[in-house]
Amino acid sequence: MSEAQTQIPVTVLTGYLGAGKTTLLNRILSESHGKRYAVIVNEFGEIGIDNDLIVESDEEIYEMNNGCVCCTVRGDLIRVVEGLMRRPGRFDAIVVETTGLADPVPVAQTFFMDDDVRSKTRLDAVVALVDAKHLPLRLKDSKEAEDQIAFADVVVLNKTDLVTPDELAKVEATIRAINPAARIHRTTRAGVALAEVLDRGAFDLSRALENDPHFLEAQDHDHDHHDHDQDHHHHDHDGHDHHHHAHPSDIHDVTVQSVSLRGGEMDPKKFFPWIEKITQMEGPNILRLKGIIALKGDDERYVIQGVHMIIEGDHQRAWKDGEKHESRLVFIGRELDAERLKKSFEACQAA
Amino acid sequence: MPTVAPLDLEGHCVAAVFLGDVPHFALADGAVHRLDHGHKTVQVHDGLLAAFHDAANDRLITGGEDGKVFAVNAGGNAAELASAGKKWITSVAAGPQGAVAFASGKTAYVRFADGKTKQFAHPRSVEGLAFSPKGMRFGVARYNGATLHFPAAEGKPVELEWAGAHTGVTFSPDAAFLVTTMQENALHGWKLADGKHMRMSGYPGKVKSLSWSAKGKWLASSGAPAAIVWPFSGKDGPMGKAPLELGTRGNAMVTTVTCHPSQDVVAVGYDDGMVMAVRFADAKEVLLRRPGKGAITSMMWDKEERRIAFGSAAGDCGVIDITA
Repeated sequence: MSEAQTQIPVTVLTGYLGAGKTTLLNRILSESHGKRYAVIVNEFGEIGIDNDLIVESDEEIYEMNNGCVCCTVRGDLIRVVEGLMRRPGRFDAIVVETTGLADPVPVAQTFFMDDDVRSKTRLDAVVALVDAKHLPLRLKDSKEAEDQIAFADVVVLNKTDLVTPDELAKVEATIRAINPAARIHRTTRAGVALAEVLDRGAFDLSRALENDPHFLEAQDHDHDHHDHDQDHHHHDHDGHDHHHHAHPSDIHDVTVQSVSLRGGEMDPKKFFPWIEKITQMEGPNILRLKGIIALKGDDERYVIQGVHMIIEGDHQRAWKDGEKHESRLVFIGRELDAERLKKSFEACQAA
Repeated sequence: MPTVAPLDLEGHCVAAVFLGDVPHFALADGAVHRLDHGHKTVQVHDGLLAAFHDAANDRLITGGEDGKVFAVNAGGNAAELASAGKKWITSVAAGPQGAVAFASGKTAYVRFADGKTKQFAHPRSVEGLAFSPKGMRFGVARYNGATLHFPAAEGKPVELEWAGAHTGVTFSPDAAFLVTTMQENALHGWKLADGKHMRMSGYPGKVKSLSWSAKGKWLASSGAPAAIVWPFSGKDGPMGKAPLELGTRGNAMVTTVTCHPSQDVVAVGYDDGMVMAVRFADAKEVLLRRPGKGAITSMMWDKEERRIAFGSAAGDCGVIDITA
C-alpha cells in the first residue's frame, strides 16, 4: 500500500471573524459534490449542520525543541488527524478551520514536520477568507490578517456587495501587494465554486505551478500591479476629497512584501547551497516561497516550495519543446532584502 | 513452537487485552470484539480513541469521539461512566480504589468509584494521563512538562517543567519516577523525590509505546528499529547508563512493546506486523508472529503468561500461544 495513494487532502481555511468562513463551511458540508469532509473547528459555534465529522479542537501551538523559533506545529491537529485517520473510510478530505486571529504557519507546518501526519495526509491548500469591507481596518490593527493573506494559495474576497467598485479594486490591489502568487476570487456570501477552494494541490510539487498560469502571470504583471496601485492613489487624490487624503495609503499598513526573481538556467552547485543558506538565515522572515527552476544540463523542470525554514523540491516534468528554460522564484515575507536576494539569485546562474 | 489464532477484523485496533482470561479487541470504530467460544462483538462507542486496561478491576476503560467514557467488563458488558459533552475524550486511565481519569481538551476529570467527579482545568491541552501506583495521585502530560494532582485532597498541584510538548505519561511501578513521551523523538523523566531530570533521546521516531518490566527494573519503549530498554534499577534511574537494544531489525520499526508479567522478557511488535519475544539477559529472540497486514498497535500477556493478545492498525488481530 503506497502512502501517496492513501494520503487524505487537507484544506486550511483562515480568515477573520465575520469574513464568511462559516458560510463557506456550511456550503462545503451541505452541497452535493459527491465528497465527504471531516471538519476540524475551534468551536462548534454557528455551523448549523449536524455532522459526526465535525470535530472541536483547542488550538495548541507547540514550539519544537530544536532551537528553531519558527518551527511550530499545531499539537491538537496531530492528535485529531491521527484519530480521524484510524477510521479513514468515513471521509475523502479534511478541512481545518482556524480562529480569526490564528497564525496559519503552525497549521501548515504540522503537515510537513510531523511524520505521522505527513504519512497519512497532505496539505492541499491554504484558503483565506477576506471581508472586502473590513480588510483595510483589519490590516491596520493586526499582523494576523496580513499573515493570512500572505500565506494563502487562494484568497476569497468576500462581501464585495458591501463596497464600491473603487474600494473593491483597492482592496484587491492590497491583497496583490501582499501576495502576488495567490488566486483571488471575488464573491458575495462566500459564493465561490467549491472546485476553486478544494482539491487544489497547491502544495503538491507535481501539480504546484503546473497549469497555474497565474503564478507566471503574477510575476509578469508584478510591475503592472504596482502601476495600477499608483493609478488608484492618483485617482483618489485627484478625483475626490477623500478622507485618506492626509493619511498614508492602506498599502502602507502592509509589512509583508514579495520579492519576485527571474533568471536563466541555474548552476545546481550554486543554487542549492544558496537556497539552503537563504532559508536557514532568513527562514523566520520567509512566509512562503515558490519557484520553478531551470537547472543547467537538466531536461526537467525543478519545482521548489517552502514555509519558513522548511523547503521541498523535486523534478516536475520535462521541459516542453520550445519552452524557455527560465527560473522564477517568489518569496513572500517580511524584511526581505530584495536587492540582495536578486543579486545572489542571479549569481547562481550557470555561466 | 508458538502458534497464532488469528482474528481478522476491519479497522484499527486500539487495545488488545484479556478480560476474565478472554481476549478482547477494542477497535477505533467503537466495537469491542472478543473470542469467547466464537467471535462476539459489542458496539460501545461511536468512535473509540483511547483505552486503558484496569488490571485491578479486570476491565477496559475506553474514551470516545462521542465524548463518553465506558468501562468494558469481561463478556462485553459496557457501562457508561461519564459523558463530557460533544468533545472527544482523548485519554483515559484507571487508578486505585476504582478511580478513573479522563481528558477532554484542557480539562482532566477524575471519577471516583462512588460516581463523584472532580475537574482539573489546565491552561493548555491535557495530552496524557496516568495514575501513580501509590496513593491517590495522577499525572498530566502537557506542553512544557507534567502536572501532578492529588484528587482526594485539596491543595496545589505539583508542576514539573521541561520545555517541549509532552504527549503521554507513565509512573514507574514503585512510584519513584515519572516518564513522559514527547512530540519530539525523546522521552523525559523526573525522579519524583528530588525532581532530577532524565533525558532519554536518540530515537529515530516518536515513542508511542512504553512498558515497565516486572518490578519496574526496566522501561521498554518503541520508536526505533529495536525495543529500547532503559535500566531503572539504580536510584537515579537510567542516568549515565546505556539502554539495551533488543530485537533489532534493519527494515522495520518497533511500534509496540509489552513486558512479560514476571520475567525479564519483552514482546516486541513491529510496523510490519511481526511479533518477537526477546530476553533481556542475552537478547535471545523468538519469532512469535510473522509480518501481517498492519503495524502492531497493542499487546497484552495473559495471567498464565502463556498467551499474548495482539492488535494491528489494519485489523489483523489474534492470540499467540507461546507454549503450544
